[in-house]
Amino acid sequence: MNSSSTVLDIAQLHVAAVARQRFRQRVTMLLRDVSLSVQAGEVRALVGESGAGKSMIVRTVLDVAPVGVKILSGQINLLGLDWLKTRALERRAHLGKDIALIPQDPLTALNPVLRIGRQMGDLLAQHLPLDHNARRELMLQWLDAVQIREPMRVLEQYPHELSGGMRQRVLIAMAFSCKPQLILADEPTTALDVTVQREVLALLRQLQRQHQTAILFITHNLGIVAKLCDSATVLHSGMVLEQGSVAEIFSNANRHQAAAYTEALLAATPRYDRPGEMLTPVAPEVTTALRQKAAAFDKRYANEHRIQLAQAD
Amino acid sequence: MMIGPGATEQDIAQLKALYGFDQSLVMQFWLFLQSALSGDLGTSISLKREVTELIGERLPLTIELSMLAIALAVTLGGLAALLGTYARGSWPERMLDSLIGATIAIPDFLWALAGILLFGIVLAILPAFGLMNGELRFTPATGFYLTEALLTGRFDVLGSMMVHLLMPALSLALPLTAIIARVLKASLIEVMGQEFILLARTRGYSRWRVLLREALRNAAIPALTLTGVQFTFLVGGTVLIEKIFGLPGVGAMAIDAVTNRDLPLIQGVVLTFALIFIVVNLLVDLLNAALNPRLRGA
Amino acid sequence: MLTTLNPRIFFGCAVLLALVFTAVFAPWLAPHDPLTQDLLYGSLPPAWSVGGEPAYLFGTDTLGRDILSRLIFGAQPALIVAVAGAGLAAIIGVSLGLMAGFRGGWIDSSISRLVDVWMAFPAVLLSIVLVAILGAGLGSVVLAIAIIDWTRFCRVVRAETMQQAQLDYVVSARTIGFTGFQTLTREVLPNLWPLILTLFTLEMGIAIVVEAILSFVGLSVSSDMPTWGSLIRDGRLYVNQIPWLLGLPVLAIAITVLGLNALGDGLREALDPSVRV
Repeated sequence: MNSSSTVLDIAQLHVAAVARQRFRQRVTMLLRDVSLSVQAGEVRALVGESGAGKSMIVRTVLDVAPVGVKILSGQINLLGLDWLKTRALERRAHLGKDIALIPQDPLTALNPVLRIGRQMGDLLAQHLPLDHNARRELMLQWLDAVQIREPMRVLEQYPHELSGGMRQRVLIAMAFSCKPQLILADEPTTALDVTVQREVLALLRQLQRQHQTAILFITHNLGIVAKLCDSATVLHSGMVLEQGSVAEIFSNANRHQAAAYTEALLAATPRYDRPGEMLTPVAPEVTTALRQKAAAFDKRYANEHRIQLAQAD
Repeated sequence: MMIGPGATEQDIAQLKALYGFDQSLVMQFWLFLQSALSGDLGTSISLKREVTELIGERLPLTIELSMLAIALAVTLGGLAALLGTYARGSWPERMLDSLIGATIAIPDFLWALAGILLFGIVLAILPAFGLMNGELRFTPATGFYLTEALLTGRFDVLGSMMVHLLMPALSLALPLTAIIARVLKASLIEVMGQEFILLARTRGYSRWRVLLREALRNAAIPALTLTGVQFTFLVGGTVLIEKIFGLPGVGAMAIDAVTNRDLPLIQGVVLTFALIFIVVNLLVDLLNAALNPRLRGA
Repeated sequence: MLTTLNPRIFFGCAVLLALVFTAVFAPWLAPHDPLTQDLLYGSLPPAWSVGGEPAYLFGTDTLGRDILSRLIFGAQPALIVAVAGAGLAAIIGVSLGLMAGFRGGWIDSSISRLVDVWMAFPAVLLSIVLVAILGAGLGSVVLAIAIIDWTRFCRVVRAETMQQAQLDYVVSARTIGFTGFQTLTREVLPNLWPLILTLFTLEMGIAIVVEAILSFVGLSVSSDMPTWGSLIRDGRLYVNQIPWLLGLPVLAIAITVLGLNALGDGLREALDPSVRV
């Protein structure tokens, strides 16, 4: 696979939550004209505060959007397939194998009543044509690769018997185990202790380089963006504000309004080389302006496509 | 009550002494316990036989009937819960909820009577009385009618018995089926909303597979304890159901014992039922521990 | 609360009203006297089938008594037992529940323990044994229902009372100088009425079923005054000859139970919309 091929290409994606309100179908926009792409081997950050829509993008791509959430328009090109037009059965063949998810909270992400070995084994059995012994070998190899010290013991254990860091390593192992082309990482270190965070991030970087996996890395931590990622997409209110390489994002923070948010984010990030500096939170005018922009977008879109927006009660 | 009219003072006194009625109530109970522990539950006044013998003959059938009923309840209830969860959000699901609600409200003996009317009389496809076809002759050695018929290869008898037991078992099962369906479905829906289910879906597992292999074990745990408690109600229901369908089990005997004021028999039967409930509760606790690894202790 | 009238409450109320109406106006509604025997017209099939008489719409039982009239008059004991039985159970259960929930401490633990042990007994067996001891008759049936099912009220009332006792209005009532008893009756209890009402309607359905079971077993009213349970008993015996003798009371009880349950569920939903039953 040459390095210029695109693994994921989202084009003009509009996603909304649809609900019945006062006898009509009403729409709450969640993603507004989102376009982003990830190249093979690239590590792209998806940056934004909570509610910006980052998780929604991931869930839409993985076909696990919550009930009531619909794709209004747009295209998703994944692994060379027109993803939205692909049949569910075919999509399932790729999910977990060519595209995988590393979730945010390792505690709730593992089935509490099944052993680790069973959960990993099921995944491998679903996608790889290996027999029982080969699967077991592969699981042990991967647990070793994520620096788990007693892999054979861990296979027999239940999730609640492992520490948070170990659970996340298991999840990372599972994500990488079928050698996917793209991994979606949804804030994988947020739920971990700070010391463990660094180890896990280092591990991720190492595995990524080793297997040349493309990663879409959701985070609100700009420090991670700087250390780990090649490029970034900044999101707010379901809209893409700016995109580019990490160098561009960090240096161009002075230009126009969209970048004002990024600038504000950067200014709000504590910097270890300027420890005494006061933190300036993101100015409310910036977020208000962005929300107004979103509202204006919604009105235009609703008019154009003749749909009803949900009303705040 | 136990002796005919025209008995003399002396007869009454004799009878009293024989049954220990001349002693205080507490003493009577204590004596009863003592003999019960040694296996002697006394003699039935109305049936003129050892209570232990009578119970021993009839208890196995009641157990088999209860097992049949619970198997039905778990299967039908589980199926309903799974289908309801899979069809979440659609109108069939809402219909199922209403159906479950209505089924819970109707007690087992009404189901039995309705069944007799519908399947026994109107449609005339199921027998409404007795354990098997009158022409068949079968007396099990242990009292375990179904098991013995199966093991000795008497499939004609087995078939006839299953047909006769279908309505009784179903009547007993239906209220429990509805409860299982409701509780399990609620539990499944809750589990399906959890994070690890989401993750399972992103691994390419189909919805059915996620439901069965990932969600069910988690959801079954809370549903199970409730089922265990409800099972004791089911066993209590055998009392009436056996009477209605004329089945030779312990339950029907219980009713007769009460109407005949047969004290030793009543005591024996009540003790038997109490033991059954204790055993069932124990089994439920064990099952709970088996399914939920977090309960097994550090 | 009228605005939250949902179909269940509507159906339930309709059934309840029908029951009351039938019971009260039975002498005028029933085409015949339920006790009059006419052996010439015994075991008649319903009026629309061969051999039936138009005077006896659903036929007669073995002693020539009109089935429909007996059914209609059967509503009377049903209603009496429902109201009295549920009422008595409510009085016992609510009182104990209030005490347990309000006082806490050893009163609570002993009452709770009592409830647990009580609920472990199988209801059917217990009721049969009880009535056998107390002797037949409607009074015993009412007593039996109350003795068996008071725990239902007790548990719920106790839980609610414990919750309410934390709230401010209770504390302020104490500061005004209300005694515990006054607080309970004047402040807490009024808040519990809707809940108690819901349980009451459910309990009525249960009471009717219990009475039917006891009649079926021969332990209810001993006269030949008809109850739905005694009709079922006779009907079961003669189900092949006179199926309606079994069918009518089964239908009557089923509809009544469904209606009362719907009413209870509907009320519960109306009180607490977050609980979708």
